[in-house]
Amino acid sequence: MVQITLREALRDAMAEEMRRDPNVFLMGEEVAQYQGAYKVSQGMLDEFGPKRVIDTTITEHGFTGIAVGAAMAGLRPIVEFMTFNFSMQAIDHIINSAAKTKYMSGGAISCPIVFRGPNGAAARVGAQHSQCFASWYSHIPGLKVICPYSATDAKALLKAAIRDDAPVVFLEHELLYGNSFELEEKEVPIGKADIVIEGTDVTIVAFSLQVGNAMKAAEELQKSGISAEVIDLRTLKPLDTETIINSVMKTNRLVTVEEGWFFAGIGATISAIVMKEAFDYLDAPVENVHAQDTPLPYAANLERLALPQVDNIIDACKKVCYR
Amino acid sequence: MEKNLKAKYCKFYEEMLLIRRFEERAGQLYGLGKIGGFCHLYIGQEAVAVGLFASAHKGDKHITSYRAHGHMLVAGSDPVSVMGELMGRSVGCSKGKGGSMHVFDIEKGFYGGHGIVGAQVSLGTGLAFADHYRENKNATYVYYGDGAAHQGQVYESFNLAKLWNLPVIYIIENNEYAMGTSVSRSTAVTDLSKRGESFGIPGMRVNGMDVLEVEKAGLKAREHVAQGKGPILLEFLTYRYRGHSMSDPAKYRSKDEVEKYRDDDPIIKFRVFLLEHKYMSEEELKIIEDKIKNDVIKCVESCENSPEPEESELMTDIY
Repeated sequence: MVQITLREALRDAMAEEMRRDPNVFLMGEEVAQYQGAYKVSQGMLDEFGPKRVIDTTITEHGFTGIAVGAAMAGLRPIVEFMTFNFSMQAIDHIINSAAKTKYMSGGAISCPIVFRGPNGAAARVGAQHSQCFASWYSHIPGLKVICPYSATDAKALLKAAIRDDAPVVFLEHELLYGNSFELEEKEVPIGKADIVIEGTDVTIVAFSLQVGNAMKAAEELQKSGISAEVIDLRTLKPLDTETIINSVMKTNRLVTVEEGWFFAGIGATISAIVMKEAFDYLDAPVENVHAQDTPLPYAANLERLALPQVDNIIDACKKVCYR
Repeated sequence: MEKNLKAKYCKFYEEMLLIRRFEERAGQLYGLGKIGGFCHLYIGQEAVAVGLFASAHKGDKHITSYRAHGHMLVAGSDPVSVMGELMGRSVGCSKGKGGSMHVFDIEKGFYGGHGIVGAQVSLGTGLAFADHYRENKNATYVYYGDGAAHQGQVYESFNLAKLWNLPVIYIIENNEYAMGTSVSRSTAVTDLSKRGESFGIPGMRVNGMDVLEVEKAGLKAREHVAQGKGPILLEFLTYRYRGHSMSDPAKYRSKDEVEKYRDDDPIIKFRVFLLEHKYMSEEELKIIEDKIKNDVIKCVESCENSPEPEESELMTDIY
């Protein structure tokens, strides 16, 4: 199988869709001449030219509004945020303009647009540049939210996002961009989770970077005789509750893992869903692994303490297994 | 030629009067509780939308704020689809799910109807971007108020619109008040037509109470865009006779001030002009006035007879 980095997989997904559909274009800060702040759009300016790979000013509010307007007129923009931290400047257009207009217009205006870029904590960049927006965007009716881990899923789901008529928030992870993965060329539907490790004793649900940590935790747990099932959520909205519930009905224990904060977070929501739909199957209260309730500190030791680590996942799994 | 002019002027009068009567009726229906929430009337500003739509070409796009009923009526939409939306009925253009601030008619080139002050300026620049991308000859008319004129995203949009030379006409409907805050209490530079200058966007300041002057400025601006010169800014000096929305008693301005502007009423003035220059007779005008009165009555009847949206509509149109 082909080995490919996550950043190459993302680039290939965009390039393939741009070859297929002339309405697709990429805009954002440094996406063209600079080849992408994280080199995700490497080579795209050469292939597609400045008309379709468009450098913008550092003005997220304005250029996001322009892209949303272009989508309302039937184009299919891909907006790259240098990081999702800066999407807060543009969040009004993502929510009020992109997500709500189809409903407010009684279905007359769709907004086929993808907002993508790195999300969550990178490494040692401090509080303003390290935040997970998964729960923020998943809260909004009218948005789809995708948060892949592997190159195969990232490529397939980015292509699906570009083809989708809904506004899609596509959350990547900077720490995964350089990782090599085996690439399988296949279609992955939006809204389907993936069981990446099968197990019988505890279910771990995770997304993005934390899928890697969950898999490492599962390996370690195996040594203690605990068989963990790891689910990569891949899409957060719409959430594949069926896969989660079926797994919990099998393992009777659940640990959620996310890089964001607990309060009003993804893990809290999944806990509520599982309590409602699989209460009788739970043999232990759900455990949630998440960031500490603090802005992310800079010091290496504190940063490590603030973010979910493999050990935290192992401890949570042992706790729900009463070990 | 004279005949064409007469037909055009007749249309201007009809369109302005339709907006006036429609909005007056909307105000009454609001008072009766048949329209809820926010309702921003266009009374006083009619000449701006009517004159500018007359300058537009087929295929051009239009987008505005929440003060949107008038623009959609001039776009040629069925008044029932507008009033029905205000009344939250299934016959509304958004099936009753949008409300007064969220009316749309894509087939007529009208892209809403947006509730966040200034958002339509970036969105409208995006509509123009789409036409530029498709390399067609369309232009986009982007309407906003003197309040929105201070929003940051307006200038972010100006900058890119000129950088990319997008076919967009920015229109400030300066009705002197951003809700209750007058222009002179909002900015040290009250000539808003200059707001594009540092971005390379030329501006014109125009009397927005005179439909013919509005049309003339619109034609100039449309020609500017047609020549590939990129964005242009028009500031229209106008006035809203009612409060910001139906819940605003407008106590921040004096009766004298409102009366002064009453003398400048764009519809009454145009009526006098039509009579004085013998474009139309008193009888002809009366026929138009009666017809519009009846049209609005019938429009409201249709809306009253329309049911509220089906409960199943709650969960549709979300993707």
